[in-house]
Amino acid sequence: MMIVALDPLLSSDIGFSVVAVMLLKVVLAFALLMVSVMLVIWFERKIVADMHNRVGPSLAGPWGILQTLADGIKLFFKEDLLPERADRVVFRLAPYLSLVPAFLSFAIVPIGGDFTNGGDGTVSIFGHRTLLQVADPPVGILLFLALSSIAVYGVMLAGWSSGSKYPLLGSVRASAQMISYEAALGLSMATVFLSSGTLSTSGIVSGQATWNWNLLATGVIPFVIFVIAGTAELNRPPFDLVEAEQELVGGFHTEYSSIRFALFFLAEFMNMITMSAIAVTLFLGGPNGPILVKQIAWVWPILWFFLKVMAFLFTFVWLRATLPRLRYDQLMDLGWKVLIPASLGWFLLIASLNIGKDRGWSTFLVVPIGLVILSLAALLLNGAIKKAKDSSLHAADLSEISEGTDQ
Amino acid sequence: MSYLKGFLVTFRQIFQKRVTTPYPAEKRAKPERLHGRHVLGRYEDGMEKCIGCELCAGVCPANCIYVRGADNPTDNPISPGERYGFVYEINYLRCIHCDLCVEACPTGAITESKMFEFSFTNRNDAIYTREELLVDSESGKPKQLPWEDWREGEDLNTSGWLRATSPNGDASYEGQIAWSGDLGYGIREAEIGQSDTKTPEEDQ
Repeated sequence: MMIVALDPLLSSDIGFSVVAVMLLKVVLAFALLMVSVMLVIWFERKIVADMHNRVGPSLAGPWGILQTLADGIKLFFKEDLLPERADRVVFRLAPYLSLVPAFLSFAIVPIGGDFTNGGDGTVSIFGHRTLLQVADPPVGILLFLALSSIAVYGVMLAGWSSGSKYPLLGSVRASAQMISYEAALGLSMATVFLSSGTLSTSGIVSGQATWNWNLLATGVIPFVIFVIAGTAELNRPPFDLVEAEQELVGGFHTEYSSIRFALFFLAEFMNMITMSAIAVTLFLGGPNGPILVKQIAWVWPILWFFLKVMAFLFTFVWLRATLPRLRYDQLMDLGWKVLIPASLGWFLLIASLNIGKDRGWSTFLVVPIGLVILSLAALLLNGAIKKAKDSSLHAADLSEISEGTDQ
Repeated sequence: MSYLKGFLVTFRQIFQKRVTTPYPAEKRAKPERLHGRHVLGRYEDGMEKCIGCELCAGVCPANCIYVRGADNPTDNPISPGERYGFVYEINYLRCIHCDLCVEACPTGAITESKMFEFSFTNRNDAIYTREELLVDSESGKPKQLPWEDWREGEDLNTSGWLRATSPNGDASYEGQIAWSGDLGYGIREAEIGQSDTKTPEEDQ
């Protein structure tokens, strides 16, 4: 049973009540995610409007809070167009390919439970001890990486199957961008695994149940890289080249209408929530936080988790309101030449520190040597990049000259 | 750190005052002499000011006014003059609200009001008839049509008083009341600035 899940709920005999508790958790997680997507879309529109000095949605419900519901109902009743040159099966499949992973990856996030003071993060539901997350597989965060890779297919196939040029361009951009940023994302996560020694999300969170959430090891470079790469992975501004309205109409979802379009939208905002939740889990101690009132102790972890996620969501919106879109070559440069080497370097440094601890080497020796080697590597990389740029510029000059003589 | 400056700029906007007015629910105050829809006035005794001279129709650049004058019935006169406007129609699909009809009117019968928010759904409703344009014979207030959106106080100040500050550009008119009385209001006072006796040089 340990192989399936670390949840104490499943380690005993599985009877009707266990199944019922499991079902309850699934339904609750589903409902929570749906409602929060609705609120997040409203939140984003409202905050962006504030930052633009506008009013934003204000008519549907108090402060326009039901705007998303109204939009959803409207989209549901719109005509569902299928382009003539579309690949019918794939075109219909693609929205689900991006929606289902978005749903599933939230399942591994612990949203509550007390991990401090040696607590194992379980709560009691109808007499059963269980974690406040739908599933806690030992592969944990790898599942998230796998699912986010599947989500790339959703975007890519949507563009490809539309049989139209702008969606195709959008999806080509999307697959290149998401794949290259997933490398940086994975490498920055790897540092977290190194310091926690486990892949399971509840294990990572209980490893962070100290006063500083392990920020010393993971908070500096990996966290920053994770946030940048995560923003790119979500295709959110300033990395929204995939759906750049000014260049590609709507990007991969140009040909989509009605409820299928709504599904893409749902997936996009659900991914935003999930990415925030994963970032909180990996770097900011998940639901860990001081319990201020003992009588309602179970509320505090959930509240802390909620506040941390809100901070991330606000940051994403803030980025959108502030930064202009990157050029495509800048995007690729940032991904391959800055983020991946930096996260790899930090990973190696933490790894050598860990090995040094095992072997009993002095930390004061390991860190300087590691830093010297890393800076040498950075210099080499810089030189190589510069050389490559020079030679490509030279080649461009030559080709320009030869074109000139042709005319 | 100049990267972060931009973030501060957007963040500060959150606390700034909004300039947006949620329009149909709330309206900004209109300028006093806004050119809205026309109103046909009455004297204090309830007689119509219009004498059916058709000068307004003649001057109208958009050809939107149609007037037919008729002799006043001797036993029950409608206007103090010899004739009265027996047909008076303005087509608001054509009207450009230039106010030339108001300038041309010798009796100050036709004036424009502040009301411009009306949305009819067919061409017949767009043509306002004499009955619709005339002020009420009891109160002297303009009549509100079902498709017009008025707010409190917008139906006031709809008479020749509106021309108070443009007395033909002649300084000798300053401070003089050059308009007739209105049903329900009497002869209105000249507005502040129009009636003060300062010369333009003193004013500056």
